[in-house]
Amino acid sequence: MEKTVNQKAWFLVLPVLLLVAFSAVIPLMTVVNYSVQDTFGNNQFFWAGLEWFKEMLESERMWDALGRQLMFSGIILAIEIPLGIFVALNMPKGGFWASLCLVLMSLPLLIPWNVVGTIWQIFGRVDIGLLGYTLDALGVNYNYTQDTVAAWITIVVMDVWHWTSLVALLAYAGLKSIPDAYYQAAKIDQASRWKVFRFIELPKMMGVLMIAILLRFMDSFMIYTEPFVVTGGGPGNATTLLSIDLVKMALGQFDLGPAAAFSLMYFLVILLISWVFYTVMVNLDKREG
Amino acid sequence: MADLSANQSTSRGLSLPRINSRAVVMTLYLLFLLLPIYWLLNMSLKTNTEILNEFTLWPRNLTFANYATILTDPAWYMGYVNSLIYVVMNTVISLAVALPAAYAFSRYHFMGDKHLFFWLLTNRMAPPAVFALPFFQLYSSVGLFDTHIAVALAHCLFNVPLAVWILEGFMRGVPKEIDETAYIDGYSFGSFFVKIFTPLIASGIGVAAFFCFMFSWVELLLSRTLTTVDAKPIAAIMTRTQGASGIDWGVLAAAGILTIVPGALVIYFVRNYIAKGFALGRV
Repeated sequence: MEKTVNQKAWFLVLPVLLLVAFSAVIPLMTVVNYSVQDTFGNNQFFWAGLEWFKEMLESERMWDALGRQLMFSGIILAIEIPLGIFVALNMPKGGFWASLCLVLMSLPLLIPWNVVGTIWQIFGRVDIGLLGYTLDALGVNYNYTQDTVAAWITIVVMDVWHWTSLVALLAYAGLKSIPDAYYQAAKIDQASRWKVFRFIELPKMMGVLMIAILLRFMDSFMIYTEPFVVTGGGPGNATTLLSIDLVKMALGQFDLGPAAAFSLMYFLVILLISWVFYTVMVNLDKREG
Repeated sequence: MADLSANQSTSRGLSLPRINSRAVVMTLYLLFLLLPIYWLLNMSLKTNTEILNEFTLWPRNLTFANYATILTDPAWYMGYVNSLIYVVMNTVISLAVALPAAYAFSRYHFMGDKHLFFWLLTNRMAPPAVFALPFFQLYSSVGLFDTHIAVALAHCLFNVPLAVWILEGFMRGVPKEIDETAYIDGYSFGSFFVKIFTPLIASGIGVAAFFCFMFSWVELLLSRTLTTVDAKPIAAIMTRTQGASGIDWGVLAAAGILTIVPGALVIYFVRNYIAKGFALGRV
């Protein structure tokens, strides 16, 4: 759509600007403030310059948390994206069954995050959970509060359970936008199922898939509640992801300076990914328009 | 040759029940999704003795006592009321400010529009963990700590950008000629927006409202940090089921099931928009 230049449109945006400035810019400035100061209590602050940033960049704690975070995001993307596409390809084409599948698949997406954690915390327990009990009965040594591997498997499976439907729904939306003529042409050319997927469905889905990948990366990168409820970051620090570590530092130990420096660096990474996301979105809009 | 024929026969064997293979995949996937939820429901209908002492796949002594506990104890049900209050507040505020802004973004070019649009996106993506502490201090210093409005405003951080993006996605689908015709017919901007434009994007407003509601409802970190007693959300109360006699599993499960209800109630109406909403109005 052709847009006209109109500077008065600023007045329409002003309420949003003020509100988001209040709820985002002021708090962020507080963080910036803390990140360059030190305190000995009593609300007395001293200029610390970039000391906290240096300390955080040199601290193993942050790098470890970042490593675990990247591993987590990598694993869940590697599972959720292919699985989501696979599920989308197997969705009913329309009618009652498609609606039923859509409704049932959306259920996990709408459950409060701590309840997702609670569900899996219970589900995995050896004494009262279906999963834990079954595994135990089969002779598998599974205990997510003691064993690092079991804890990781639990939070990964939980995330797959929670969010694969989102990837599937997005991929399904992409698939539905492919005109029938494409499939008919493929049929005339006697293209195999794989070729149809590779040369028709996948390219047509690419836009929505990029959104799905970025959304999942982003949201998994700041995941907090679900793993916190299930493992509390343990055993040890084995499942302490970035957000969990940050909250521990800021609200648990009240280490304001380091936590603020940590926050800002965390935020910069997010900013970078947001920019990629934005570029993808804009390109997608252009292609449609 | 032998290999080839073997391959062919297996592929024929697989392709024979072709119609069913899709159904099998979907059934398995849905089973995987529903089993943990079923288990929670199952537990919520059992007594604690049955939960802890017997392993049963369905409740042998069906009881609604756990739900009764929650619905009769103010300490429990006020959690739901608190959550509902701030969620509704947040939805109303978000939509009220997002509607004009989304209109501006979908119709006009103005100075800094792209930067502003991008900046909004970064707030949707901002990790709540970064904002937890500053929010705590900000709302304490202005005397809003432990009030519903504090949580509602804090959730605007990600819900206002979300609403703007979703609404913009819907508004761009409305041809601009409609605006121009209305202005020629003598409508002022206000009356055009309320009488003509709003009905046209009613479904978009519904979807945006649903997603604001949902994201505010599922969020825990900020709402827990900003409240202690008076505005404590149900999600935070749930984590305190640990009594002297250990965790009250039945009540915990029942509370969990009750938090799923609002989403489950409206899910049918938004089923075709779930993807669009999560993808910020694109798709």
